[in-house]
Amino acid sequence: MKVTLFIPCFIDLCYPSVGMSIVQILERLGHTIDYPEELTCCGQPAFNSGCWDEARDVAVRVVERLKDAETIVIASGSCGAMLKVFYIELFQGTAYEQKVQSVANKTFEFSDFLVTKLGVTDLGARFPARVTFHDGCHGLRELNLKEQPRTLLSHVRDLELLEMPEAETCCGFGGTFATKFPMISTAMGDGKCASAQETSAEYIVSNDSSCLMHLQGLLDRQGKPLKTIHLAEVLANS
Amino acid sequence: MTTHAQQFSSDADRTTRDLEQRAQIQSALRSYEVARDAHKSAFQDWEAARQTAAEIKWDAVNHLDQYLSEFAEKLQARGTQVHWASNAQQARDIILNIIRANNARSIIKSKVMTGEEIHINEALEKAGFEVVESDLGEFIVQLRREAPYHFVFPAMHLKRGEISELFSRELGTAPTDDPEELTMIARRVLREKYITADVGISGANFAIAETGMISITENEGNARLTCALPRVHIALLGIEKVLPKLRDLALFLPMLATAGAGQALTCYNSLYGGPRQPGESDGPEEFHVVLLDNNRTHLLADKEQRDALHCIRCGACLNVCPIYRNVGGHTYGTTYQGPIGSVITPHLRGLQDWKHLSNASSLCGACTQACPVKIDLHHHLLQNRRNAFTENPAWREKLTFKLFRLVMNQPRVYLFCVKLSRLIQPLHRFVDGTRLDPALGWTKTRKLPKIAPQTFKEFWQNRK
Repeated sequence: MKVTLFIPCFIDLCYPSVGMSIVQILERLGHTIDYPEELTCCGQPAFNSGCWDEARDVAVRVVERLKDAETIVIASGSCGAMLKVFYIELFQGTAYEQKVQSVANKTFEFSDFLVTKLGVTDLGARFPARVTFHDGCHGLRELNLKEQPRTLLSHVRDLELLEMPEAETCCGFGGTFATKFPMISTAMGDGKCASAQETSAEYIVSNDSSCLMHLQGLLDRQGKPLKTIHLAEVLANS
Repeated sequence: MTTHAQQFSSDADRTTRDLEQRAQIQSALRSYEVARDAHKSAFQDWEAARQTAAEIKWDAVNHLDQYLSEFAEKLQARGTQVHWASNAQQARDIILNIIRANNARSIIKSKVMTGEEIHINEALEKAGFEVVESDLGEFIVQLRREAPYHFVFPAMHLKRGEISELFSRELGTAPTDDPEELTMIARRVLREKYITADVGISGANFAIAETGMISITENEGNARLTCALPRVHIALLGIEKVLPKLRDLALFLPMLATAGAGQALTCYNSLYGGPRQPGESDGPEEFHVVLLDNNRTHLLADKEQRDALHCIRCGACLNVCPIYRNVGGHTYGTTYQGPIGSVITPHLRGLQDWKHLSNASSLCGACTQACPVKIDLHHHLLQNRRNAFTENPAWREKLTFKLFRLVMNQPRVYLFCVKLSRLIQPLHRFVDGTRLDPALGWTKTRKLPKIAPQTFKEFWQNRK
């Protein structure tokens, strides 16, 4: 299958190994990767800030480039929710409505693509560590991603998956919220880190690098040994 | 002058540092969640129940004109006086006029959030009347001269010791840590008041159009005494409280109890349909129903957010909200706290003054998932943000997102910015987390992520 890969801006900039891991995994499964280098961001920061005109201008380029793709895989639940859910709201009643719907229909968040679309659950990965999984809210509530990442993790050799209390509670990132209300965002993040620590996990795994960027930032500032890692990096490990 | 937004930020700053308060709220709400989930399983299908409830409220709200007149006519037929108040001032005037016309002195109240909304207590006290809250939580916050902390659990922020101290100070009772004894103290005070009060003011949980009755659901029995003992009963309620049929209560009463308090059903559920009828031996001589708009019709006119009028004020969205759990109720500075408050307050009291509440959300959607009547809460927060920006764009935000668009839509500019950031990045450590740091909003508590030595785009280029 020809898979068009959407790499969100912050993954491109700060966490390229997430993208590389996805490429490695999909190629190993025999798929061809189409990567539109001209695409950068899905437009969510503008959308979340209420600047829908600017968000639309960014989104139009994305939709135009992706409309002819066979299947689109996106490395983030949050950006996935932007393409699959929020674009629909953004373009409601415009000429783009149908194109946007068609892009939404063939877009899959990475773990959902593997488990739901391809039916692949065991990638032959090995990751000798205790981990806990953090559900990114957009993936969880907008895209119903709950079992997919856990199914994939359950097949990773030598990995012990420990559920943290209140796994479904927000980590406090929330995009621009994190800098507009840093004290609330931090309080929420501290709560999340404490829940993760309670499990004695060495890693917080998530399918959303944005949550992990926030949590890793907190953990580093506080000098805590707990580490964060994207699901794709765990699955690419052997 | 402190704006509402400044007040919110500084109070949020303070409460997020108050680990004790946060721990207390969170532990209380965690036990609520356990209880709620236990009772949710008593529903054959909770999701189907939510869908049905949402559809009933949709019908009620979209035919509000029809149901409200049906409700009013049925009430009037049994001798109830129905009053229509467009705004808070009118509602206060109506209530004051009724009280004056009856030469009343003392007023007892059961829990009524619309009363908080129109600041009825202040108005009554200013006019020289004595007014006493009879709901235990409301009684406590009234003694403390503060607003309810949560519109369902008004005093949830207080510990037993604080309540005991308050009672000693205000009522002169002996200190005690026994919750039952504390309740008995309030009961002794309140029983006196019920007997001497001339007027009882209540709210309503539901207004049944079919039969012309208000439904009040409660745990303490105080509302029954408030509505039954005084000579005059005034019920103040928002126009969105309407339910079409009496049978709708069979769904809404258990739903409200489960979602709101984690109970199967609240202890006392009463219906009031009029004043004392000929041949009846008790009940109020006069019964007044005051229907309050106070900008609810603005919300009704907004077809995107009209479903916010479905709200049955159960408080489920507050209980699960990670923002509420960390900043607490008073920080909001509103009558209705939490996600529903953040959605509707801009409609009720002005978008520009209250838009900060819509920004103070991580958009996690826990509220929407919890709402028993399926209000699309977190999407409405996004719409409020959009409306606020469209109506009055802040220049800084406008500039930021014009630049954002430029960078994201021009791959060359994007690449240039990546290279530039890589050059500047090593300098950041000199200001990291200090007041000179332009990224202080992030770096005060978090390390900034580093630009990778090789971005994904560069990796892809090299690979080709």
